[in-house]
Amino acid sequence: MSAVSRREWLLSDAPQTRRQARLGAIYQGWLTFRGNKLAMLGLIILVLLIAMAIFAPLLAPQSPYAQNLADRLQPPSSAHWLGTDALGRDILSRLIHGSRITLFIVGTVALIAPVIGLFIGTVAGFAGGWVDQVLMRITDIFLAFPKLILALAFVAALGPSIGNAVLALALTAWPPYARLARAETLTIRNADFIAAARLQGAGRLRLLIRHIWPLCVSSLIVRVALDMAGIILSAAGLGFLGLGAQPPLPEWGAMISDGRTYILDYWWVAAMPGIAIFTVSMAFNLLGDGLRDVLDPKGDKS
Amino acid sequence: MTDTTGAGGTPPGDDRPDPSARRALRRRRARSVAGTFISLALTLLGLLLVTFIIGRVMPIDPVLKVVGDRATQAQYDAAYQAMGLDQPLIVQFLRYIGDVLTGDFGRSISTGQPVAQDIARVFPATVELAVLGTLVGVLIGVPLGVMAAAQRGGIFDQVARVVALVGYSMPIFWLGLMGLLIFYGNLGWVGGPGRQGIIYDGMVPSVTGLILVDSLLAGDWAAFRDAFSHIVLPASLLGYYSLAYISRMTRSFMLEQLSAEYIITARVKGLSESAVIWRHAFRNISIPLVTVIALSFGSLLEGSVLTEIIFSWPGLGSYITRALLSGDMNAVLGGTVVIGVCFVVLNLLSDILYRILDPRSK
Amino acid sequence: MGIFDMTFHLTTRAAMLATALAIAPAAFAETPADTLVVAHTIDDIISLDPAQSFEFSGNDVNNNTYDRLVDFDPLNPDAGFQPALAESWEVSEDGLSITFTMRDGVTFHSGNPVRAEDAAWSLQRAVKLDKTPAFILTQFGFTPDNVEEKITADGNKLTLTLDKPYAPSFVLNSLTGNVASIVDKETVLANEQDGDLGNAWLSTNEAGSGAYELAAWRPNEVVQLTAYEDYWQGAPEMKRVIVRNVAESSAQRLLLEQGDIDVARNLTPTDVEAISAAEGVKIQEEPRGRILYMGLNQKDELLSNPAVIEAMKYLVNYEGMEQSFLKGQFITHQSFLPRGYLGALDEQPWTYDVEKARQILQDAGIEGGTITTRVRDLREYIDVAQTLQASMAEVGLNLEIEQMTGAQVLDAYRAREVPIFLGEWGPDYSDPNTNAATFAYNPDNSDEANAVGLLAWRNAYAVPEEMNEATVAATLEQDTDARAEMYREIQRQYQAEAPIVPLFQRVEQVGLQDDVQNWWSGGAVTSVIYRQVTKGE
Repeated sequence: MSAVSRREWLLSDAPQTRRQARLGAIYQGWLTFRGNKLAMLGLIILVLLIAMAIFAPLLAPQSPYAQNLADRLQPPSSAHWLGTDALGRDILSRLIHGSRITLFIVGTVALIAPVIGLFIGTVAGFAGGWVDQVLMRITDIFLAFPKLILALAFVAALGPSIGNAVLALALTAWPPYARLARAETLTIRNADFIAAARLQGAGRLRLLIRHIWPLCVSSLIVRVALDMAGIILSAAGLGFLGLGAQPPLPEWGAMISDGRTYILDYWWVAAMPGIAIFTVSMAFNLLGDGLRDVLDPKGDKS
Repeated sequence: MTDTTGAGGTPPGDDRPDPSARRALRRRRARSVAGTFISLALTLLGLLLVTFIIGRVMPIDPVLKVVGDRATQAQYDAAYQAMGLDQPLIVQFLRYIGDVLTGDFGRSISTGQPVAQDIARVFPATVELAVLGTLVGVLIGVPLGVMAAAQRGGIFDQVARVVALVGYSMPIFWLGLMGLLIFYGNLGWVGGPGRQGIIYDGMVPSVTGLILVDSLLAGDWAAFRDAFSHIVLPASLLGYYSLAYISRMTRSFMLEQLSAEYIITARVKGLSESAVIWRHAFRNISIPLVTVIALSFGSLLEGSVLTEIIFSWPGLGSYITRALLSGDMNAVLGGTVVIGVCFVVLNLLSDILYRILDPRSK
Repeated sequence: MGIFDMTFHLTTRAAMLATALAIAPAAFAETPADTLVVAHTIDDIISLDPAQSFEFSGNDVNNNTYDRLVDFDPLNPDAGFQPALAESWEVSEDGLSITFTMRDGVTFHSGNPVRAEDAAWSLQRAVKLDKTPAFILTQFGFTPDNVEEKITADGNKLTLTLDKPYAPSFVLNSLTGNVASIVDKETVLANEQDGDLGNAWLSTNEAGSGAYELAAWRPNEVVQLTAYEDYWQGAPEMKRVIVRNVAESSAQRLLLEQGDIDVARNLTPTDVEAISAAEGVKIQEEPRGRILYMGLNQKDELLSNPAVIEAMKYLVNYEGMEQSFLKGQFITHQSFLPRGYLGALDEQPWTYDVEKARQILQDAGIEGGTITTRVRDLREYIDVAQTLQASMAEVGLNLEIEQMTGAQVLDAYRAREVPIFLGEWGPDYSDPNTNAATFAYNPDNSDEANAVGLLAWRNAYAVPEEMNEATVAATLEQDTDARAEMYREIQRQYQAEAPIVPLFQRVEQVGLQDDVQNWWSGGAVTSVIYRQVTKGE
C-alpha cells in the first residue's frame, strides 16, 4: 500500500471495518492537531524534553553532582553554557538530568490522580444515593482545602522526598477529576446503550468498567493535559519550599530555591531553572489546548 | 475548587468552562440556602477532621517546639500532659471541636499567643493582598476578555492568549523573586519586602487591620503611600494570575453569547457593535462572571502562600505554612477553618448574587 | 553585574520619580537619627519570659529589657562579667556560699525599686517554674523544694548557698544567663494567673529594669523597644529600636542598601561581599559562640568503627568550605569550646586529605557502605552535607541526605536516630562547662538513661569514665588558670578519640550603615546589647 493510498484509506468516507473507522478518526484528529502550529510547538518541545531525559547522561557535559568549589557561581561561558551553581556544579548538566525528575513527577501524578478521580467519580455517579452523597462530600472536603497547604501537610506528615511529593500532589489533584467523571457518568447512565447492555445481563461492575469508563476517559485526558503544567508548577513549589526532591537531586524548583540566595549577584543560578520550568509548562499548556480541540470538540475552542 | 496562584498558576478546578461546570452552576443555584448551609458545615467538619489527623500523624513533635532543645525528660513530660496529648485522639478531637464552637481556637505554640489573636493579625494582610489582586484581575481582565471575544483573532485576542498562556506557565515564586529584584532592588520603584517601611511600623493605629484603609482613616498620607508602594508589586503579581484566569473565562463566556441567536437578531436590527457587545452580550455574562470572580478571589486568599513567603508578607498563608512545619496544629487548624469559612461565605455570596442578578430565578 | 548595578540608578531615580510614577515609594531617606532599625530572623521567639525563653531572638530581647546581678560591658566584653544589679559579692571561705550586695537607687520600668527580695524571688521563680533553661541554676543544687532556703534575701544582701564548692567563675558566668534576669516581683505577682508565677503574662510582657522597655512584639513580624529614660547607667541614645523579621538575606541586603534599615544580621557570604564593596555601608565581623559540628552516631555499625571515625575527620573540606560558601560566616575550629571562652583550644589536628582517609579505611579493611542521614533544611547545613557527600563518595562511602525542618531533625536526634548529624550547638551560658558538660559528659549511655539534653548521649558516645570525671572536676577548680588548662586537656583527649567532631565556629557578619557605631552582637558569650549604640560620626 503506498503512502497516498494509505491516507485515502484512513480518510475514507465509508470505512470497511471498525478498525479502519477508528484509525481514521485518530488520523483526522492528528490532522486537526497538526494544523495547530502552537500545539505542534508544544509537542515538539515535549518530545525534545523526553529525548533529553532519555539521553541525559550522553547529553550532559558533566555529572550533575560533580562539585568544584573553586569554580562556583561562574557566569555562563563556553565551559559552562548556563554557568555554575553555589557548589560549582554545571547548571546545564543539572537541568538536563532534572528533566528526568520533572517527567517522573508529571507522569506519575498524571497516572495516579485521574485514576483515583475516575474511580470515585464514576462510582458516585453510577451508584447514586448515599454512596454518591458520601463520596461527593469527601470530594468537597478535599476541594475546600487550600491545595498547596494540603500538599505541604501531606509531605510534612510523610517526610520530604520526591516520592512523597508525587503522592501528595496526586492526593490533592484528584477531586476535579472525580467531579468531571461523575458529571459524565450522570449523562451516560441513562443512555439507551447502557439500558441495552443491562438487558443483556451485564453486571454493575461490568457496566462500569466496560461501558462507562471508556466514555469518560477522553474528557479526562483533555483535563490531564491541561493540568500537567499546574502539576509541574506545584511540584516546583514544593521543591522550592524544600519539601520535594532532596539534595543533591537536580529538581528544578529546588534549584530555584538554591539560587534564591544568590539572586542579586548571580541571577543565572535561579533564572535558568525558572526558564526551564516556564518552557516545559508552556509546552504542556499548548499541547493541552491542541488536544482539547481534537478530543473535545464540543468544549470551548479557545 | 483549587488554587490558581499557590502553585504558580494551576488553573482552578472549574476554570475552563467544561459542561459539568455549567451544570454545577445551575445545580447550585437550585439548591436551597439551608441545604447549602448544612452541607457546608459538614464539609468544614470533615476539613477539620482531616487536618487534625494529618497533624497527629506528622513526625513533628509539637512538645519539643515548646520546651526546646535542652529540656529534660521530666520537663518534656510535663509539657506533653499540659498540651493534652496524653488523651486518646478522639477525645482530643472532640475537645477541640467543643472549644472551637465556643470561639476558642487554642494557643499557638510557635507564637505563644492565642490562635484567634494571631489570625486576627495575619488575616487582614492576606485579604488586603487578595482584594487588590482581584481588583487588578477584574479591571484589566474583564475588558481584555470582552475585546478578545469581540475581535476574535485580533490583537486583543492575541494579547489575551499570550497573557493567559504565560500566566498558566510561569512559576509565581520565580516571577516574584525576579520582580523584587528588578522593581525594588534595581529600579527602586516599589517598596521592599513586608507590608510597610519599618519606620512606619506601628505608627498608624490599627482599626481594620488593612493598612491601606487604616492609614486613610488616620489621614496619614505618607503611611498610605508607603503601604501602597509595598503592596503594589505582590498584588500586581497575584493580580496577573487572576487576570489570566478572568480574561480567559470572560472571553469564552462572551464567545458563547456572541454566537447566540439574539445577538444575530440584534445585529440584523442594525444595533451598533458596541451596543451589541456591552448592552446585550456582556449583560448576560455578568452572572457567571460574578462566580468566576468570587472563585478567583477565593483562590487568591488561599493561594498566596508562595507570594507571601517571597515578599515576607505577614499573612495567613505564611502563618499556616510556618505553623505546619513546626507542628503547631492549633494554628494550622485555626487557619484552615478560616479559609473554609471564607469558602462558605464566598459560595453563599455568589449564590445570593445569582438570585439577585439572574431575572429567571425570581 | 551590569543589570543589577545599584549605583547607576541613584542619579536617574529622582527624575523617574518626579515624572512618571505616582507610586513613588515614600522613603528612600535614612532612618530617623534616634531610631535603630534592625533586620533579623526573629521567628524563633515563643515566649519572652526570662525563666522560659531559650531562643536566640528571645534572649536578644531580654538581654536589653532586663538586668542581671552581673552582666557584660558591651564596650569592653573581654573583661568578662561585671557588677550590674549586684554592686559587689563575696565568696565564703568554704566556697559554699556567695553573698551579693545590691546596688542602690535602681528602679524597674514600673518605678518600683530593685531590691534583694526581687532578685531572690526571680531566681527562685525560675527554679520553681522549671522550664527548659532552669538547669543553668539547678546545676548548683537548687530544687523547687529547697530553693527558698538556698536563695535568701536579707536587707540589701542576697545569698546563694551551693551544694558543692564550685568555681566562683562558674557560678557568676551562669548568672549572666538570661534565666537569671531580675524581674519586678510586685508587678509580676499582680499579673499572676492560677498560680503560674506570672508565666503567661511575662510571655508577652516585660517587667525588668533594663535599658529598654518592650513596646510591642508581634510574632514573626516585629519587636519594638523604647528607651528607659531612668536607666541606672544613663538613658540609651537610641530612643527606639525596631527589629523586623526579614527571613531572606537578599531582602535584608536590599533594605540595607536602600537605606531602609540600619543593621542587617543574617547576610549570606555573597551578600556580605557585595556590601563590603558598596558605598555607605560596612560589615562588622564578630565570632559568636556557636559551633558547627559533625556527630557520628555510635549506634550505626559503620560509624562506630574507630577507623571510620578517624577517616571522617579527614573527609571534611575545611578550607574549601571556609573559603567558599561558608566564607566569613564560619572559621575552622576543631575543639568544642569556642574562641572567646575560658580554656578555648586553637589546635587544629585535621586537614582535608582524601588520600589519608582512603588509607585509613583500607588499613582497617573497610570496603565502603551507605549511610542515610537527615539534615536540617538550612542553606549552610545542606551545602556542608553535600560537600561531605562528595568527598565521602571518593572513598566509597555513600551518603544519602534527607532534608527536614529543624523540628523534625531535632526530634530524630533526641531519639538517637540521626546517623551523621550536621548542625550547630550554641552555648547556654558564658562558662566553659556549658559545652564540656554536653560534649564530653555522658555518665550513662544506655537508651533508658534518656539523657536527651546531652550531645554525647544523642550520638550514643560512651564518654570514657576519666573524661566524665575530669569534666566534673573542672567545675570545682577554684584557680581560674588551672581551670582553663583542665579544659584544654579535655579537649585534646576529645580530639583524639571522640566521634563528635567540631568543625567550625560561627562568625556573625553584620551589615551596618556607616554611621552606626558601637554595635555589639554579644560575642561568643551573650546576646545583643543596644544601649551603647550610637548613630553619627
